[in-house]
Amino acid sequence: MGMQRDGAEDAVIAYFGDGASSQGDVNEAFVFAAAYNSPVVFFCQNNQWAISEPTERQSRIPLYRRASGFGFPGIRVDGNDVLACLAVTRKALEDARTGQGPTLIEAFTYRMGAHTTSDDPTRYRLASDLEAWKLKDPLERMKSFLYKQQLADRSFFSDLEEESDQLARELRRNVRAMPDPEPLELFADVYVDTPPPLQQQRDRFGEYLDSFVDGAEAR
Amino acid sequence: MSKITLGRALNEGLRKSMEDDAKVVIMGEDVGKLGGVFRITDGLQKDFGEDRVIDTPLAESGIVGTAIGLAMRGFRPVCEIQFDGFVFPAFDQITTQLAKLHYRSRGKVPMPVTIRIPCGGGIGAVEHHSESPEAYFCHTPGLKVVACSNPVDAYFMIQQAISSDDPVIFFEPKRRYWEKAELDPAATPVPLHSAQVLRPGRDVTVLAYGPTVKTVLDAANADDVPDIEVIDLRTLSPLDMDTVVASVRRTGRCVVVHEAPNTLGLGAEIAARITEEAFYSLEAPVLRVTGFDTPYVPARLEEHYLPDLDRVLDAVDRTLAY
Repeated sequence: MGMQRDGAEDAVIAYFGDGASSQGDVNEAFVFAAAYNSPVVFFCQNNQWAISEPTERQSRIPLYRRASGFGFPGIRVDGNDVLACLAVTRKALEDARTGQGPTLIEAFTYRMGAHTTSDDPTRYRLASDLEAWKLKDPLERMKSFLYKQQLADRSFFSDLEEESDQLARELRRNVRAMPDPEPLELFADVYVDTPPPLQQQRDRFGEYLDSFVDGAEAR
Repeated sequence: MSKITLGRALNEGLRKSMEDDAKVVIMGEDVGKLGGVFRITDGLQKDFGEDRVIDTPLAESGIVGTAIGLAMRGFRPVCEIQFDGFVFPAFDQITTQLAKLHYRSRGKVPMPVTIRIPCGGGIGAVEHHSESPEAYFCHTPGLKVVACSNPVDAYFMIQQAISSDDPVIFFEPKRRYWEKAELDPAATPVPLHSAQVLRPGRDVTVLAYGPTVKTVLDAANADDVPDIEVIDLRTLSPLDMDTVVASVRRTGRCVVVHEAPNTLGLGAEIAARITEEAFYSLEAPVLRVTGFDTPYVPARLEEHYLPDLDRVLDAVDRTLAY
């Protein structure tokens, strides 16, 4: 709506998952986008599992079909097909930019791993499903496409892999090397304009920390 | 100088903000053609257009969520929540997103959003239309919360709230919309986050905000009553404790009045702060005159629920009896 008011020929894309599709706010966003014909693309990555809850717990119909009830197009795309996702997204963004309103894209895929380290997918889904989806790995598919089309050779992929590993290593190292923030930083940026009571809490906590004989250790 | 109602003063204040800053947009249910159910936005859509005075779907979470997006884009949205009880569907957007985005982005994304909420009872309304939800928002870091009590404050405070770079929850005492006062638009406004001594007094400090300010002034101005110092808190988060504590140090006694339920209301926080900051000045415990710990009552019972002149004076007498 801000872009519309600015007269910008631009669009917004909002990514969310199958679980979030049940949230009231997602549905209110659909209502608003439809009412104002907003230049927005809703991209739902349906990996079929919201931790242990299957999509059947979220919806009786395929998620993309919900869009029609809100009055804008919905489309399902093979979420493991990189080029198809790109094409569908481009089309939806182009529609949004040219005043044709919102689109819901449902990229249908599968969550290969556990949701978190505390999750245990063996409790709620079949190992055979996982095996079947392994064969549809989007990266492998893209790789073989580029290779067969002679758009890239073996050395391209081995260089890429090395570069990726290097980047990941650096990222991990840099994150680990980040210093812990100073304790009083916890008060920063609560407000643009810090109110006196919060400033007072900050000052008193600072004095408390300073009251330790070995100040450095207490901090 | 002519007299103006509190509702009209808000309308004039909103108009001034919209004239001063093209990024100010108003959004809410029925705010456009109808001018709001209380007519606070009357005529603004006609003069500023549908892009700046936006009629919305009936979805408060969506209204605030959309305002957050507009703020990210550089706008200054003013959301109208039609009635106090309707703010709860937007509670998650307000507390989880609006209040935290500046903190979460380490200061990169300010949220200059004002949320106007007509609050309190006294108009004989049905359920969900008479509530006082201010404590929830005062308990939420990242929000600023204010309440106006008279036309002059309404006119200036709404403009100050809109120009704030922090999100402001702006409470309007709906049963006082028709109260009149003289307004000089050229006057120098009191800062937004300051309490104001409306009536000096020697015997006891009585604090109020929003709709109960008039109740307390009426009590203080009644015949044969103690000499009551009346303070309009105006700012509920942050509280202006300097003004409150200075007064209590002089009077030694304090009564806090609000319509919201008693438990963990503003009165509880104020009593705690006075105890911390003015303990040796106190001649009596801080007393509270509030709504009760019940859901907001049916209209036929609200005269008993709402703090009135007699309950205020009863508390004043009790604090003086210590």
